[in-house]
Amino acid sequence: MNKSQLIDQLALTTHQTNKVSEQAVNIFFESIKKALSARDRVEIRGFGSFTLKEYNAYTGRNPKTGEKVYVPRKELPFFRAGKDLRLQVNDGDEEPPQK
Amino acid sequence: MVKADIVHSIELKLGLSHEEAGAQVEQILEIIKSTLRQGEPVLISGFGQWKVRGKSSRIGRNPKTKEVHEISPRRVVTFYPSNVWRGEISKLNP
Repeated sequence: MNKSQLIDQLALTTHQTNKVSEQAVNIFFESIKKALSARDRVEIRGFGSFTLKEYNAYTGRNPKTGEKVYVPRKELPFFRAGKDLRLQVNDGDEEPPQK
Repeated sequence: MVKADIVHSIELKLGLSHEEAGAQVEQILEIIKSTLRQGEPVLISGFGQWKVRGKSSRIGRNPKTKEVHEISPRRVVTFYPSNVWRGEISKLNP
């Protein structure tokens, strides 16, 4: 599913115009991006949470040439699925805690 | 930030009632979830992609009791942020 399919389906189920749904979808994803840019964490119950995750610098290798590549420290958006989503995707079976 | 904050933005920016804005957010989440439940990926350009991956069974142990048991094969959701978003985040001040 892509964004325009999401918009179409949203308009259909909520009985709104495509224009309203398109704007709602854009605000939804823009809000999450803005929050993370402000270093805020986003938590949506039953769905999941978004955080910034820091990755240390490391020396990797180009798998084709074997050449060493320095990869500097970086931060990336990280999504962790919430319990309800995890259960739904795995047909109700919860993974045992790993800690 | 939590769900209510997103609902509030939609209310303000689109002039919808609280209920209507809430329905938009709930349905966005429901549509994404039901797509993933069917094993289908969700791709939002400029944002990222959720995919469902299969994991094969493996041996795990209870770290406290050291008890060994098999963890059944399972399906998990993974999110890959888009290159656009990665680029935006990399420009933030540390």
